[in-house]
This record gives sequence, C-alpha cells and structure tokens, in this order.
Amino acid sequence: MKIDSLTQAIGEWLRGTGPESDIVMSSRVRLARNVAQYPFVSRATDQDRADIERFLRERIALAPVGGDLQYIDVGGLEEVDRQFLVERQLISRELAEAQGARSVAIDGREQVSLMINEEDHLRIQCMHSGLDLRGVWEQIRVVDDQIEQVVPYAFHSRWGYLTACPTNVGTGIRVSVMLHLPALVMTRQIDKVFRSLHKISLAVRGLYGEGSQAMGDFYQISNQTTLGKTEDELLEQVGDVVPVLIEYERRAREFLVRETQKNVHDQVSRAYGILRTAQTITAEETMQLLSRVRMGVLLGLIGDVDIADINVLLVRTQPAHLQKLRGVELDTKDRNIERARYLRQHFEAGGSSSKADVN
Amino acid sequence: MKCQQCDKQAVFHITELEVGEVREVHLCEDHARVYLNQSEAAGGPQEPKSAGGLTGPHGVAHTADELALIDQKSCDMCGITFFEFRNQGRLGCPHDYVHFEKELEPLIANIHGATQHTGRRPSRSGAAALPEETSELTAIIGLRRSIQDAIAREDYEKAREDRDAIRAIEKHWGIEPTS
Repeated sequence: MKIDSLTQAIGEWLRGTGPESDIVMSSRVRLARNVAQYPFVSRATDQDRADIERFLRERIALAPVGGDLQYIDVGGLEEVDRQFLVERQLISRELAEAQGARSVAIDGREQVSLMINEEDHLRIQCMHSGLDLRGVWEQIRVVDDQIEQVVPYAFHSRWGYLTACPTNVGTGIRVSVMLHLPALVMTRQIDKVFRSLHKISLAVRGLYGEGSQAMGDFYQISNQTTLGKTEDELLEQVGDVVPVLIEYERRAREFLVRETQKNVHDQVSRAYGILRTAQTITAEETMQLLSRVRMGVLLGLIGDVDIADINVLLVRTQPAHLQKLRGVELDTKDRNIERARYLRQHFEAGGSSSKADVN
Repeated sequence: MKCQQCDKQAVFHITELEVGEVREVHLCEDHARVYLNQSEAAGGPQEPKSAGGLTGPHGVAHTADELALIDQKSCDMCGITFFEFRNQGRLGCPHDYVHFEKELEPLIANIHGATQHTGRRPSRSGAAALPEETSELTAIIGLRRSIQDAIAREDYEKAREDRDAIRAIEKHWGIEPTS
C-alpha cells in the first residue's frame, strides 16, 4: 500500500460525524494478542520477529477480514511516513520507533488497523467517529473472532489472553474515547474532572496516547485495568462516564456564553484571526487555536467554517501531513512558514478543504 | 520507554494532575521510589497513588534477600530471569505467566485488583480446532532454544529430535509455516 494514497483521504476519526461529535471526536477499542509459539516481542530475535510477521500475515490472509486489508511495511518506511501514520492514529509511536520486522494492516475505511510486532505480536484497533463504543466493539469482536480461528492466541484459563506487559493481561482490551473539552479547560474545571476519573480507575491521556501531552484540549479517556472484568463491563466503565463528561462540557460552554459572552467571542475571534493571517506558526499553537475556533463554530460565534473542516486542518497541519501534502521534507522553521501559508490559503479559498488542497 | 532520569526502562508511569496541566512522569523502579517519597514528604499530589495512577508491575514490596532469590529464577521456555523482567517491565513469553505465577500473582492483583480472567475465551471451531489453553504450543519456544544449545555443542542428533518435535506440534494443530 502506498502512503500517498492516504494523504488525500481524511481518515475515520476526522470525519467529524457520529453521535455527540461536537464533543466526542472518536471511539476506539484495541485488543492485545500474542501468538502462543513465539517469545514476546521484546525477547524475540530478529529472526523471530520476521517469522512472527510472516506467520501472522499468512494466517490472517485465511480469515475473511484478510481480503480487506492492505499492509504497510513500517520498518521499511522513511521517518516522515512513519510519523504520518502516527498522526493519522493508524499506528502508535511505539511501533513507529521500534526495531526489526513490523507492519500495519489497514482496512479501506481506515477503521480497522492491525499492528504487528508492537509491544505485543498483534494489536487490533478499531475506531469510529463520534461516540459509538458499541459499534466499535461489535466490529472488532468479529475481526478478533475471525483471526482467532486461524491464529493460536496465547491463552491461559486463569490469566486470560497473555500479554507482554501484565498491565494488559486478561481481556487485553483498551477502550478509549477522545474528547474535545475546551470549555472545561477555559473554566479551569478540567483538573477536578480528571481527579474524579482517576478515582474510578480511568486513565487520561493526550492526543497521541501514552506519554503524550494533551494538545489542543483533546483528551483520551480509557480503562486502566484489563483483568477481572468482562469486555462488556469495561466498555460500560468507559461508556458510562462519557455522557457525564459531555454534560459537564456542555454546561461549561453555556456558562462561557452566558457569563462571558464578549470575552469568549473575543478569544475565539482572535484565534481565528491568527490562523488566517499568521506568517509562521508552530503545530502546537495551530492546534490550540484550532481548538478554540472549533468551539467558536459550535457556539455559533464563527459562521463561515464547518466542523469537518476544522477536523481536517487539525491533522493536515501536523508536521508529517504538511510535508506529505507539500511533497517536500522541511525543517521545523520552514514547516512553520509553510503551515501558516497552508492555513491562509485554506481560509482564503473559503474554508473548503478540497479547494485548499490544490497545491 | 526509558526512565526520565536514567537509561533504565521506565516501569512506573505516573500521571500528575496539577493546576492547568496534566504531566506524565516515566521512571524506573529506583527513581520512582525516590520520586514518590519526595512527593509524599512534600504533601504533593496524593491522587495518582491512591487511584491507580501507578501502572508499573512492581508495586509489591519484598525484602532484599527474597528479591535476590526470586530474581535468579528463569523461565524454562524463553530463559528470561525475573530480574530481567523487573528491569524491563516486559515478560519474555506466554509461559512466564505459568513459570512465575507465584511471583506475578501479587503484582497482577495490585495492578488489576483481580486474579481471575472473566472475559471472553477462545471459541475455536476451525478445522484444526485449536486448544483453549495454548501451553502445548508455547513449548515450541523452549524447543527452539534447545536446538540452538544442541547446535552450539554440536549435538546434531538432539537438534534433529527437537526440530521433529516442533514439526509434530505444528502439524497436530495445523499451524505449519507454508514456506
């Protein structure tokens, strides 16, 4: 599969559709699985890793889902292309930075991705736009079942699915929801919210998973434990808290409009102004400003931009996406100039992403 | 991921919640101990400790002598020692969950608050009808290592036996490599 064919598409989590998509960017489930007859990846030799990769590809090709997958040899990619897949949320930073034979298989809609030789032999991921954990679970369950018919997953009746790190053992499931919570950040309530999430064993992470900073007011909420509860219980553990967070964020947005109408209008307008006129701008600032504009659009304070468009800009202004779109490798300084130019052109063209893409 | 203060593998991943920001801290066991003692002494954030913010697998205390003994144990299949696991925070193969079951149990209880899987189980209906428990397949990892050892001491007879044993297991479960 060619990375370039992905450049022009936008990817599932950016579609900006689905239930509650004003606050919930995407819903995701991942399953950690290992092949019984090989050592875990960190202890596998180069030969083992190559064998694991080939074994999984050959076996998965026998499953119905196999016919719908395109493989990318991650080890053979340039750094910018690996980074592109991370920005797209199709692979983890860990897979991008790992050594030895490793790959990712992606379905045509960018909903399902299978990472081979990440921390575990196989990481199955499924993602939908908006709040749809049930739909994601139904889809990934089918993929997992199909692969289980042809791949001997390491399993133990007491410990469940066996994983390289004991933090994932049992169900091997990580259920996560990515939320956009700018009003909770602006009203300084976000810490309180996170503290209560930690109390009920939920983890909060930034946009790009473990260890990443929360950029642009985007947060991932996920389950912390994987053993002793069923998959359904873990789905509920995350799913039950999301409507509460949505309600908090909505109330905070209403509060901002009601109590600080001029102030919030000023802030989102300034953010919009900078994005339209800046001559050089970092990825972090862009994300922060796009976050504010996104909220402004949803509050009806900015009229001529639509949400799907903001979501597209969020990913296309990331370093690797920008370089792929422009077709050249750029250093940080040049990227900042190019990013500002891309944003200006985009908004001058009337905000339609298709127009701005004509390079 | 490396410890933020030395070259060891980070096994403690701590999310600190401070006013206006979420900060992640990644530390090896030694630096985590220092870090946690500091924040306790300073009356620092209590939340990450009490609320499962610690996700490292080593939250259980042993005496130095106990640890030294446990550390020397090594897995029959992949050969990893418990010491190596403690350093890396990653196990070597599926058999470790059996071989180190006694040592892992308190760690797993600490992480998950449970010691029994209650979720989905393999439902395999394919022609090969793979077993639910896969320990027989995991034995291949030990056989592969045994072949290496046999070749190193030029015991080709033993190497051939082991290779035949692997093939028999693969054939039995219908998972032979195609090439």
